[in-house]
Amino acid sequence: MSNQNRTIYGGKVNREKPINFVFNGKSYIGYQGDTLASALLANDVHLIGRSFKYHRARGILTAGSEEPNAIVQLGLGARTEPNIRATEVELYEGLEASSQNCWPSVNFDIGAMNNFLSRIFPAGFYYKTFKWPPSMWLFYEHFIRKAAGLGQSPTAKNPDRYEQKFYYTDITIVGGGISGLLAALGAGRSGCKVLLIDENPELGGYLLDYNFSINEKDGKKWLKKIIDELNGLANVTILKRTTAMGYYDYNYLTALEKVTNHHVEFSSTLPRERYWRIRSKKVILAQGAFERPLVFADNDRPGIMMASAGQKYLSRYGVLPGKSVVLFTNNDHAYLIAFEFVEKGAKVTVVDTRDLLNARISEKCKSLNITVFKSYSVIKTYGDKKVNRIEIQQVDKNQNQLTGEVENIHTDCVLMSGGWNPAVQLFSQSRGKLKYDLKINTFVPDKIIENQKIIGSNNGQFNLQENLNESFEAGIAAANELNFNSVEKVNWTGKEEIEFTHSDVEPYMLGKKKVTKGSKHFIDFQNDVTAADIFLAQREGYISVEHTKRYTTTGMGTDQGKTSNVNALALMSHIHNKPVDEIGHTTFRPPYAPQTIGAIAGRSVDKLFDPERKTSMHEWHVENKAVFEDVGQWKRPYYFPQNKEDIHQAVKRECLAVRNSLGILDASTLGKIDLQGPDAAKFLNMIYTNAWSKLEIGSCRYGLMCNEHGMIFDDGVTSRLGENHYHMTTTTGGAARVMSWLEEFLQTEWLDMKVFCTSVTEQWAVLSISGPNSREFLKDLTNIDLSKENFPFMKFREGEVCGVKARVFRISFTGELSYEVNVPARYGRYVWEKFMEHGKKYNITPYGTETMHVLRAEKGFIIVGQDTDGSVTPSDMNMDWIVSKKKEDFLGKRSFTRPDTVRHDRKKFVGLLVNDKKTILPEGSHIVEKALKQPPMKMLGHVTSSYYSPTLGYPIALAMLKDGFSKMGEQVVVPLMNGKIIEATVTDTIFYDKEGKRNNE
Amino acid sequence: MFIINCPYCGERDQTEFTCHGEAHIARPDNPSEISDEEWGKYLFFRENPKGTHFERWTHDHGCRRWFNVMRDTVTDQIIKTYKMGEAKPVISNE
Repeated sequence: MSNQNRTIYGGKVNREKPINFVFNGKSYIGYQGDTLASALLANDVHLIGRSFKYHRARGILTAGSEEPNAIVQLGLGARTEPNIRATEVELYEGLEASSQNCWPSVNFDIGAMNNFLSRIFPAGFYYKTFKWPPSMWLFYEHFIRKAAGLGQSPTAKNPDRYEQKFYYTDITIVGGGISGLLAALGAGRSGCKVLLIDENPELGGYLLDYNFSINEKDGKKWLKKIIDELNGLANVTILKRTTAMGYYDYNYLTALEKVTNHHVEFSSTLPRERYWRIRSKKVILAQGAFERPLVFADNDRPGIMMASAGQKYLSRYGVLPGKSVVLFTNNDHAYLIAFEFVEKGAKVTVVDTRDLLNARISEKCKSLNITVFKSYSVIKTYGDKKVNRIEIQQVDKNQNQLTGEVENIHTDCVLMSGGWNPAVQLFSQSRGKLKYDLKINTFVPDKIIENQKIIGSNNGQFNLQENLNESFEAGIAAANELNFNSVEKVNWTGKEEIEFTHSDVEPYMLGKKKVTKGSKHFIDFQNDVTAADIFLAQREGYISVEHTKRYTTTGMGTDQGKTSNVNALALMSHIHNKPVDEIGHTTFRPPYAPQTIGAIAGRSVDKLFDPERKTSMHEWHVENKAVFEDVGQWKRPYYFPQNKEDIHQAVKRECLAVRNSLGILDASTLGKIDLQGPDAAKFLNMIYTNAWSKLEIGSCRYGLMCNEHGMIFDDGVTSRLGENHYHMTTTTGGAARVMSWLEEFLQTEWLDMKVFCTSVTEQWAVLSISGPNSREFLKDLTNIDLSKENFPFMKFREGEVCGVKARVFRISFTGELSYEVNVPARYGRYVWEKFMEHGKKYNITPYGTETMHVLRAEKGFIIVGQDTDGSVTPSDMNMDWIVSKKKEDFLGKRSFTRPDTVRHDRKKFVGLLVNDKKTILPEGSHIVEKALKQPPMKMLGHVTSSYYSPTLGYPIALAMLKDGFSKMGEQVVVPLMNGKIIEATVTDTIFYDKEGKRNNE
Repeated sequence: MFIINCPYCGERDQTEFTCHGEAHIARPDNPSEISDEEWGKYLFFRENPKGTHFERWTHDHGCRRWFNVMRDTVTDQIIKTYKMGEAKPVISNE
């Protein structure tokens, strides 16, 4: 039989629109408007999953986002999602869901054995058992992870799209219940920009589920009128299915909007979810409250649910969760639910912990044939996969214990109501302070930190009449405080059959009775934390609330303890005989509810994760089969393989082409900074370690930059273009860093210096031609006089190259005769292609970064960030020649004489030649004093660069070696990961053309 | 996440800015003449107050200007922002 628990009429589901769905492989029918939870209950499915630790049968506890039990694996394949609350999933055609944490099935679950072994799984079980020996943890963890854990993550790539939206508004209102709606109306009427967020598909909150009247009229009609007016206000934006997740400084909120999660077809135009980043001048919190469970033995069986959830299933979805219902309560308001259930045909028994009952309620119970057990408590429940019987016993308030006969009640549904906890999560995230309210026995907001208001039951105010007027006025006041016009106040009168009053909730805690042995009083349903665990934690000294939380894992599930935290604190208060206020509470942190990482990432995935920077010749490189490497965000050709060459063959060919004839490198990625101003030279003198005052116009100079600690952090060639005009180059990866460094000193230390820095990295395409034939080659393409006399090494000339205005720098990073031809970026590819065409007769060879590295290493030129690591001085790099002795001051100079930088045993930059003439030492290998069978070995240094040199025909390496300068010619040993021990000879760092003749040609 | 009032651009989101630590640490005029200890103080020693703190920030994704921020490290309230070169504000005892 389908929908056997559905009432004949009532609720907001559309009985004309059946929806097919599958749960645990079985097909069911629900109706449009159902959630997965309501549809399952309608079909008499109560066993939803197995609990985390003991694998106990669990059903549906709540009807909202606080659900700890009914969490399912939703969807299939790449779209599958674990830990989804069935109470929040809107039913759609073809939905597939399954139980989690059970094997082979939810009905027959082997892990349920844990329940009977629970004596050996108390709080802290894993900490105690798997602590020793420490090295074994990784081994244990593998099995523990398998046994614990909830759902399964998808293994395939997420096929959906997620969007982000940045939003600025005057007022954000979180919660679209009665308080939120009226605040939105008050603020909206005054004309300010209002954003109203609600996590449900329908606005109205509590009002959707209960009968009430406003101004003597049917409340639901009134609600519709309010929503209609809000929808008509252009300045009010309403977001449904949107959960406020985080509340950060300065009224910054994040919210997750489910856009197409509940759709049958996945949309190609709409994102699955939208992540809102909201900044508002004012925030009004109106999130309402969560009903609190009562703690009794085996209070977790399927069929036991929150009273308000029962009411919601009945009134909103037309589902009667049981026919023979027990209401277990400590307050008046829950009686409304008993009346409603009787009206819909259920038999109801009430167990009330209090002895005094309002006469009107007593009478009504009598007239409806409701048996009320006053001063009674449920003490135990029975039933295998669903509750079928409970035991109750009288409570002796004076003795603080249970007395009298134990009575049995047969039932198929227990509704419990232990009072209400305001949803203070966001308030607390915003650093608002809480206090414990003894009248309603829960934490309520106290001190507000942000520019914020908190209203309605979210603020601990549960009376309908008062909430109507106060909420509306809060909206008006918020707008007023932002200087919007006042609007007229309205006097509403709201009536419910039983009003919520403040003396209503009796503080009921299990602590009044002893924990019955052999049964479990659950505090935290999701993490299987029982009252006994809280007792144990206190006995073992985990007395601080933060320690209790972590030791027992109370409140650490995906539900973050929305239903459990206050009960845990109240129990601790009882154990220590201290007020709850003194126990305190743990800190609430974002997110408020589980959220997809995809939404946080938004569109910043795949190619959009990080920008890719490409030079103007990039497409030519692609067309010519370059293999690329990432340098910062740049895509640089790594090497250009021909035919079936591997990297070694290609690099060898490229290297030899440069050394013997002509190579060409795309050097456009080098950082380029244009410096102008009368103090430019003075500024360079402070920034670089060497002197710049005498650099002539048209000349280039290599410079090292150090930070104030005296450590090298960038290098490059700077050229003087004019009287007050310089062109600085930096490393590819360091361009932004250097630019910031220059600006820092210009803007914070030397405010009087007249220098402007402009990044021109992307304005210029740089073609670096290198090799003995480069002059011959370039001669035909330019009007610049390239003769040795008129354009010597380290000079700069302007002219035309291939008809394009160009700056040509005669500098060299290969040690060969080289020209760096800079043309405006838009001509980059044009000139490159001209070069390739004209260079055929010289066998012009494009080369990539690997060849560049080999060639420079042969010459001993450093690469900052590879040979240096932020802890080396120019002196360590044997570069004292570039440190001015005459300059009074420059950045880093003073640190060169610090005791640590003048130590003799610092690591120094040396060359290494392996004795076997064939092993290429892996970069990063350690040089040790003595090679042993296994570490530790005393380390003397490490290899920073290492290549096979095609020019020399044997491997070369650069290294940092302790006191290396005094070890020239000595033997060192380098143990490799594969156990081999390599012997090498310490040399200087220049392996080729030591006199530097070639680049001076 | 803060809203920072850039002295050049006005109020902007914190994501546009970078913090560069304590402000008002002047680079010594005569580094070569001062002791290792004094130089070390300039390099390494920083305040870590509970309360009012003076910081340098840059509006990187905006005007790229450096400026100073007076911030309460307990409440994260930004008390004042001001341009480089302007005098350090006095901390009131209220």
